[in-house]
Amino acid sequence: MNWEAVIGVEVHLRLKTEHKLFCRDRAVFGAAPNTHICPVCIGLPGALPVLNAHAVELALQTALAFGCRINLDSTWARKSYFYPDLPKGYQITQFEKPIATDGRVIFSSSEDKGLVGIRRVHIEEDAGKLLHDKALGASAIDFNRAGTALVEIVTEPDLRTPEDVRSFLGELKQTVEYIGASDCNMEEGNLRVDANVSVRPVGSLELGNKTEIKNVNSFSGIEKALSLEIRRQLSLMKEGGLVNQKTLLWDDHRSELREMRSKEESNDYRYFPEPDLHPLVLSQGQVTAALDSLPELPRDRRYRFKKTYELKDYDADVLTQTATTADYFEDLVGINVDPKVAAKWVTGPLQALMNQHREDAQSIPVRPEIMGELIRLVERGVVSESAAKTVMVILAEDGGSPSDIIEARGLAQERDLGQLTDWVTEVLAKYPEEVSRYRDGELKILGYLVGQVMNSSGGAADPKIVRNLLIDYLNDS
Amino acid sequence: MTLQDKVQRSRLYDTAGLDLAPKSLTQVKKTENSSEGLNVFLSLAEPEDLVPRAQGDLTGVMVAVKDNICTEKLPTTCGSLVLKGYQSPYEATAIRKLREAGAVIIGKTNLDEFGMGSSTENSAFGPTLNPIDQSFVPGGSSGGSAAAVAAGYTRMALGSDTGGSVRQPAAFCGVVGIKPTYGRVSRYGLVAFASSLDQIGTIGATVLDASLLLEVISGHDIRDTTSVERLVPSYRDAATQSIEGMVVGIPSEYFPDELDPSIRAILDEACERLVDAGARVQPISLPHTEFAIPCYYILATAEASSNLARYDGVRFGTRMPSDGLDQMYELTRHHFGSEVQRRIILGTYVLSAGYYDAYYAKAQKARARISQDFKTAFQEVDIIFTPTSPTPAFALGERISDPLAMYLSDVFTVPANLAGIPGISVPIGMVGGLPLGGQFLGPWWGESELIAAAGALEASYGDNT
Repeated sequence: MNWEAVIGVEVHLRLKTEHKLFCRDRAVFGAAPNTHICPVCIGLPGALPVLNAHAVELALQTALAFGCRINLDSTWARKSYFYPDLPKGYQITQFEKPIATDGRVIFSSSEDKGLVGIRRVHIEEDAGKLLHDKALGASAIDFNRAGTALVEIVTEPDLRTPEDVRSFLGELKQTVEYIGASDCNMEEGNLRVDANVSVRPVGSLELGNKTEIKNVNSFSGIEKALSLEIRRQLSLMKEGGLVNQKTLLWDDHRSELREMRSKEESNDYRYFPEPDLHPLVLSQGQVTAALDSLPELPRDRRYRFKKTYELKDYDADVLTQTATTADYFEDLVGINVDPKVAAKWVTGPLQALMNQHREDAQSIPVRPEIMGELIRLVERGVVSESAAKTVMVILAEDGGSPSDIIEARGLAQERDLGQLTDWVTEVLAKYPEEVSRYRDGELKILGYLVGQVMNSSGGAADPKIVRNLLIDYLNDS
Repeated sequence: MTLQDKVQRSRLYDTAGLDLAPKSLTQVKKTENSSEGLNVFLSLAEPEDLVPRAQGDLTGVMVAVKDNICTEKLPTTCGSLVLKGYQSPYEATAIRKLREAGAVIIGKTNLDEFGMGSSTENSAFGPTLNPIDQSFVPGGSSGGSAAAVAAGYTRMALGSDTGGSVRQPAAFCGVVGIKPTYGRVSRYGLVAFASSLDQIGTIGATVLDASLLLEVISGHDIRDTTSVERLVPSYRDAATQSIEGMVVGIPSEYFPDELDPSIRAILDEACERLVDAGARVQPISLPHTEFAIPCYYILATAEASSNLARYDGVRFGTRMPSDGLDQMYELTRHHFGSEVQRRIILGTYVLSAGYYDAYYAKAQKARARISQDFKTAFQEVDIIFTPTSPTPAFALGERISDPLAMYLSDVFTVPANLAGIPGISVPIGMVGGLPLGGQFLGPWWGESELIAAAGALEASYGDNT
């Protein structure tokens, strides 16, 4: 019998709002503990929540980006449970009527294209953070995070493999980053994932008993945790056993799942409508405005890049990874750089420079106009590609104009035959073994020798001329 | 003290000739510390706190404040051991408005713990005594505030009304109490009991006092999204407005056969006075009244169980030392009094999985019916007149061990909270040496009409002296 896994996920995203969901405290990560708190978010007696409209806008855009149906009338609810990091003893969330339902996400799956239904999107507040100090034998609570705005996205159980889950999450993360609704930084807890998983014989329409995996804070973690759990469930089922419904916590350090104490999961949340807040009423106009304000989404942009610029899949994927990189590329194209050439420079040297400087395409000091100028100098043979990379590094650090830097640093491409011949003969003398291998028919070694000449020239030599010179010399004796 | 005495006394308070606040504070302290003390205050201001911060409608006027409204100077205990000594770091919006009008806070008044009760006997700090007769309760839960005014300590006091907690004690103490429309006064800084029902209300020696105080604290507040942006009319002017032509509905459900004949006689007399003042009286029906009490005790306890979850010993208030988290919760929350514990358990029960539809959801439907009753009635009549409570004040200890009998003393006040409409209680006579209150209920935002009617009634008694 063939078996398949059935997986649904719940994703919590921290919305990128300046303030918390129900008060005016700033929503910041990494501040000194309890420096961004007020009577509302620590639940002092008499304090009342006031909804942050920006959080609603971002949640609305997120829901629209996933093609959801928007509920013009959604409601707030209290979800009750006792835990020290939950100040009011309840979380304000949306239960009966969430802001959006019935969406979908298309992602690249193991079988070409995958489609995941979105069951619901709702807005809720986060809890504080409990810190256990083993040395002190005590616990402390940081309420800076308490009351920050989250959206929870719940999928239908449409996923079948851990790889697909990862790929779906990638698509989701990229989309949310595109619309600027969340930073999606998992280390900072901006994106948290829970997964429900069960197994069943292929072809069966019934769902097996599921387990819930919680506490995963990386995409690779969720993939690993799911693989482990699916393997466990399968071996259990194949032996004729039954999967028990339970909650499992992922331990990232040990790469293992541990069972949550049954007491921890036996919560009855006693949901009821939040009396301190009016229902969330949206107008059709607001929805239309949010739709209009959505940028081109990653999937559409990727498709357009392939079509319009005739790019390879890989280049289109890399260029559209973030909206800023895609914008940068299109700025280059806009100043008449050939799309394929622009793609090569952006995905290669520029990406390397951004990684090195920890900048994105918006903040990197080598702006598209300057980059375009440099590319043109390469095309005209004024500077070699490798020298151009050196120019980029200088541009990123000191700014300036490419031509000035080339001139000042003597980076212009060397095309003087006498000088080039000196470098070539020097290299041939230095690598006799490679020379004889070439002569024995190992022609590929030529590239290595070209590289050595380029090194000797400090990147200044014109590689085309070097190559021809080398061939001449090697064949010539 | 007779009603006439009281009315006359209240007439002595003239806006022009106020007592100097610090002198009165000393007198209040002296009386409260003597054998005549009524246990009205849980904390009292220092003389230096009685300097007005602003000039306004209430410059120098001392106001007593129920101890579930947050103040920066005095503790806010809610009459509970759980909040014993708790000092709020911020001030309620209503208090800020009082200060901006020049008022000073004389002290924080006793109450049934978290507003849960009808006699002020549920306070962790002992009951307050009724100033009219000290063997009787002052009503509740704003018993301290009503007693403060009835005893002549202050002309005005703030209370809160979730199911009658301003109007019922006002009636029991022979003073005036207003519960405004839900959303009229900001709840920011009012410690929540049942959020969808709670409203800060005012208590005054006269209709004018209570109305002026209401005018000062009313209005929209960005910190309470359930407060409503709507013009605040001159409630003090309403107190002397004519009620010529006003149609007053008399709901049969509020005049049951069991009503004591002497009480009925006083109510009838009040109706005659209204007619004399130019109003027309008309019988009406509010058919869903009988569901009000069960509906209220489901919704109010459900909300209370949630609102009181924050008293866990983690961030503020009482925390009991313990071996672990569960024990800390348990020992800390054992400091709630028995009535509060009872309501938390009830509320937790009605919200539990499997019971929600049978209780909470059904009660919401009953609430809508009760609202609809009023909507229908107010198409026919301008205001409604009822007794505030089925009886005058009961004796201390009489109902404390019978929660149901206690709950029934709110039977005529609870419907207004469920519907969110305003109500006012005004003295209409004495029964067995105890004051009796009459209640006017009005349509949403109909405070002015209620105040006018109560003012007319009050004036008619004044004319008799």
